[in-house]
Amino acid sequence: MFMFEKAVTGSRRYWIWIGCLLAVILIGFLFYLRQLHYGLGVTGMSRDVSWGLYIAQFTFFVGVAASAVMVVLPYYLHNYKAFSKITILGEFLAVSSVAMCMLFIFVDMGQPMRVMNVLLHPRPNSPMFWDMLSLSGYLVLNVVISVVMLRAERKTVAPPGWIKPVILLSIPWAVSIHTVTAFLYSGLPDRSFWLTAIMAPRFLASAFAAGPALLILLTMIMRKLTWFDAGKDAIQKLAVIVTYAMIINAFFILMEVFTTLYSKIPEDVAHMKFLYVGLDGNTELVPWMWTSVLLALVSLVLLIVPRYRRNEKILAVACVVVFLSLWIDKGIGLIIGGFIPSPLESVTSYIPTLNEIAIVAGVWAIGMLMITVFYKITLQVREGLAA
Amino acid sequence: MSISRRTFLTVTGLAALAALARKTPLVRIFAGQAPSKAPPKPSTRWAMVIDPEKCLQEGGCTKCIAGCDKIHNIPDFKDPKHAVKWIWKEPYQDAFPEQADRFTTERFKDKPFILFCNHCDDPPCVRVCPTKATWKRDDGVVMMDWHRCIGCRYCMAACPYGSRSFNWLDPRPHIKELDPDFPTRTKGVVEKCNLCEERLAQNELPKCVEACDENAIVFGNLDDPDSEVQRLLRSRFSIRRKPELGTHPEIYYLV
Repeated sequence: MFMFEKAVTGSRRYWIWIGCLLAVILIGFLFYLRQLHYGLGVTGMSRDVSWGLYIAQFTFFVGVAASAVMVVLPYYLHNYKAFSKITILGEFLAVSSVAMCMLFIFVDMGQPMRVMNVLLHPRPNSPMFWDMLSLSGYLVLNVVISVVMLRAERKTVAPPGWIKPVILLSIPWAVSIHTVTAFLYSGLPDRSFWLTAIMAPRFLASAFAAGPALLILLTMIMRKLTWFDAGKDAIQKLAVIVTYAMIINAFFILMEVFTTLYSKIPEDVAHMKFLYVGLDGNTELVPWMWTSVLLALVSLVLLIVPRYRRNEKILAVACVVVFLSLWIDKGIGLIIGGFIPSPLESVTSYIPTLNEIAIVAGVWAIGMLMITVFYKITLQVREGLAA
Repeated sequence: MSISRRTFLTVTGLAALAALARKTPLVRIFAGQAPSKAPPKPSTRWAMVIDPEKCLQEGGCTKCIAGCDKIHNIPDFKDPKHAVKWIWKEPYQDAFPEQADRFTTERFKDKPFILFCNHCDDPPCVRVCPTKATWKRDDGVVMMDWHRCIGCRYCMAACPYGSRSFNWLDPRPHIKELDPDFPTRTKGVVEKCNLCEERLAQNELPKCVEACDENAIVFGNLDDPDSEVQRLLRSRFSIRRKPELGTHPEIYYLV
């Protein structure tokens, strides 16, 4: 197997962490069995809000998968050498987040044992069919690239020549996963909150902020816990990428706000009202959405002012804030807000159940476990080289 | 001729796959029932015309809903979040949010309108279904295969009319009186009004049409110039739900 033996040696701290993750995964799995037994009725979803936290988390983690392209592109297309040590970390983060996306889709299915019907009876004009192709393709590309590159690194040989075109292919492919995921929502005739051509660009902008922000945090954690140092230059360059992406993302959101509020088309305004002031007495998401706005503003100040951005402690805070803000915006507001009010103008409250949250936590833990193991292997390989 | 173990396994495996691939399309929606015999005549386009005035004559009447629920084994979930509805009522202003102007509103405000699947000519639910578990027949009926549906609920997000219901829990314990002539559904699949395609196949009218004593629901072939539906739509003004979306709903409401 792929160097997995390198992941089973570690300090006490490493094993405690792995143990905790496995415990969360086990709990999530037990709750998933419960959901499988009773049906999706154990979640907070309903006839009107027919997608909830699962699909929202899926949407958010498609964005995190952009971590790879934002290191691969500068390194391979612009020969930006400072990223040489972290391209593989970006790719492994992409692999883990795409795996999480697939799990979130899977746990959302009413009849998961029929999942192969998507391949047996495909309908090519369903965006879901293309999303499946796009996501699994991106997963395969990143798995192949990271495994081949790490193998070459371990043997201290140059990577095989054929991998270069594969890497180059992964760049436009990354754009496709955000675009096709946006098309899942933006092509539906009567979901006015989603019916916007700026959905795909918005997904790209928020992805290029959230993915690299998480990558910065992960490299900082690694520097703290291990001997590995991504280097100040690499982190600063990533920070600049996050800054631009976050500014563009905020700009796109303001575009939406203007078009909606100035045109005053009632069904468009209704969704904004629900999210930011409450509708028909329902203010469930209002505190969340304003937290997201506030965090976005704070992150913009911390990122744009060079003095703050260059201070790594402040940069770490900024990255956490970016991640949280976008998680609320995409991982909660975008999907739930699209369903409320319904096309029949009813406002149905949606509150995730404990069962649902446990399953979400389980999938998160699987993602964290994958990241831990992949990064551990990478470090072991590099440690072996240094020794 | 000697066959290696590997060749044998490959050949049998491929044969099994081929057999599977051939068999799957044969899975019928209603396992065990004879395939629907109604030949899809190119000149058939089923539609329904609702006369709200007649429908509202007897306040609180639910004969069409009760009739439909009974013959289709529709579960009765107490929690409205889990409700399964094939025919249901909504106040006028919610059924026609764009058309609720002052004067029609005066006449119809808060009056319950009966709603169905609109059996659209260009149904968004069919477009988005990743497994072809829902499709449109040549005679206009939007069908569902409950054995193929994977429960992704994309069709529910796509339907502009809220006409699709999901089985959030096992529906069987919630069926009041089981009708053995119609399949029950399982948890985790979507369902909706099928325009009584099983009755159309037997040359019978949809149950809701038959159950209505006021003749408020008229069913017929829109492509037939002599049909009552076409006569009604020619002679009276009618509205449809959200026609601006281009889905071409085929349920008409006379006003």
